[in-house]
Amino acid sequence: MLIRARELVKVYRMGGGEVRALDGVSVDINEGEFVAVMGPSGSGKSTFMNLLGCLDRPTSGEYVLGGKRVSDLAGDELALVRNRRIGFVFQQFNLLARIPAVENVELPLVYAGIGKKERVRKALAMLSKVGLQDRADHQPAQLSGGQQQRVAIARALVTEPALILADEPTGALDSRTGVEVMALLQELNRQGMTVVLVTHEHDVARFARRILGFRDGRVVQDEHNQALAA
Amino acid sequence: MNVVALLRIALRALAVNKLRSALTMLGIVIGVAAVIVMIAVGAGAQARVEEQIRALGSNLLLVMPGSTTAGGVRLGFGSGSTLTEDDVVAINREVPEALAAPALRGSAQVIWGNANWSTQIFGVTPEYLDVRQWPLAAGRTFEPAEMAGAAKVALIGATVARQLFGSGDPLDQSIRIKRVPFTVIGVLEVKGQSLMGHDQDDLILMPIKTARSRVLGTASAARNRTVGTIWVKAADEVDTKVIEGQVRALLRQRHRLAAGADDDFSLRNLQEVMAAQEASSRVLALLLAAVASVSLLVGGIGIMNIMLVSVTERTREIGLRMAVGARTRDILGQFLVEAVTLSLIGGLVGVALGTGASVAIAQLAGWRILLSPQAVALAVAFAFVIGVFFGFYPARKAARLNPVEALRFE
Repeated sequence: MLIRARELVKVYRMGGGEVRALDGVSVDINEGEFVAVMGPSGSGKSTFMNLLGCLDRPTSGEYVLGGKRVSDLAGDELALVRNRRIGFVFQQFNLLARIPAVENVELPLVYAGIGKKERVRKALAMLSKVGLQDRADHQPAQLSGGQQQRVAIARALVTEPALILADEPTGALDSRTGVEVMALLQELNRQGMTVVLVTHEHDVARFARRILGFRDGRVVQDEHNQALAA
Repeated sequence: MNVVALLRIALRALAVNKLRSALTMLGIVIGVAAVIVMIAVGAGAQARVEEQIRALGSNLLLVMPGSTTAGGVRLGFGSGSTLTEDDVVAINREVPEALAAPALRGSAQVIWGNANWSTQIFGVTPEYLDVRQWPLAAGRTFEPAEMAGAAKVALIGATVARQLFGSGDPLDQSIRIKRVPFTVIGVLEVKGQSLMGHDQDDLILMPIKTARSRVLGTASAARNRTVGTIWVKAADEVDTKVIEGQVRALLRQRHRLAAGADDDFSLRNLQEVMAAQEASSRVLALLLAAVASVSLLVGGIGIMNIMLVSVTERTREIGLRMAVGARTRDILGQFLVEAVTLSLIGGLVGVALGTGASVAIAQLAGWRILLSPQAVALAVAFAFVIGVFFGFYPARKAARLNPVEALRFE
């Protein structure tokens, strides 16, 4: 079991009132799964992703990642977990604008304390895995949106994480490029990578093998993807 | 992350906004340059004062007669005639570690051929040259027979020699001082300006007896053998304060002053006068450096301002770096190194500019400057500290960002 979430609750205080963004979510995810998290905005799916990604801590509940209880870690310990176990893919790519693709891919390794030579070797390997080996020296602005997102995927993969978290990875792409990116994630999953995807588009969610539906801070749907199973 | 990696990130970030980085550095550049110039000029002035003290001789005491009262009006020090040649003899006899020399001062017009010049006349003894540490450039000093016989011989200062004789040789020439013919037996070496700025080489020395009886004196002065001032030089290894006390006690005893009475002479320790002057020039230099460092402080505030802007602009970058594993100290270090890089580059440019400006001042204004490596090191270190101090708050602000909010920042 890679992810074991039990009764996760997240409460935000906003101007005197309380917002219960997550209201007791319990989910198990195994190694090698491809899960799509769906739901309307305000359903708690983004909050759930932030907790899974160790970007935030639950108000209560338990989160065990790869056998390690991480729900009560703080600050720099969470940073270490993010660095070693999790790869992020964002809607807006979040590449650093002034540096070439290869150095963007290197970035997590910099914080892992890996030497320059080893970083470049691994980063180039990941770029060729996403088919961009000949774009290593290009700055993000010189790449198309789909290429930028593939650089971001290479960056997520470079630390060999246990889990890829993709937050609306096709949201900023046209539909054809979006399909390419989803196909890439699907291929990675086929090679054994666990992928958790947040989306509100059914076209995107159908690439996943399991769908978690969120509403009002709770999981209201958990089923295998019928289309794929069929 | 090591410092080299952080430095590379910082330089790249600063290169993105070159103009902004340059303007931000400008405050530090100007501050450091001002500190360097002020210290260079201040140290130069101080070195000059010290040089003049050495030229004058730092172990000198100056004794002047006390005040006289004429019809209820007290005339200042030097107006009386309480010091005599016998006092000088007594000091030389009773205070073996001191050398005393009298001087009787006046002014007169000097004529040689059809050249004339008004200058100061000093009636002295041969010891005067020893006490003032004033060697002869040419000729000889007074002989005992000339002292005793009030011979009409004179030693002239370099300025007088130039004014009367131009480039000619003054030795053995006959000059007229107040219509009395004198033979020039020697020329004094150049001494330059005094601390107060007047020309010390504009003078004529003659035996004190000659001065008193033929040029300056009155009948009563001649009878009492009074002197204008007594210069006292302490032996090298002796504290001038000790000599000062001995001379004072001796003169009070000779003048039969009661225990509580005021001195009828004034005794000045030149070493103390010099020390005060030196201290005041040092205070001035310090004050100027302090004023200059205010602009360094203003430069530091400029850095803080721009770093705060930079942190806000790069909130998403910070969020991303946190998401891929940057720890608090990585972000803190990144922005701190960036601020320190700004201030250090500014500091180095300021050192170059300040050094150039100091040299220019020395060339154009003719001021003495003294560039010390310590001052340069101090200014650069100060710039470094400014960078750390004013960079810390923005860096901490960046390091404390919440990654979720930072990633969502538009």
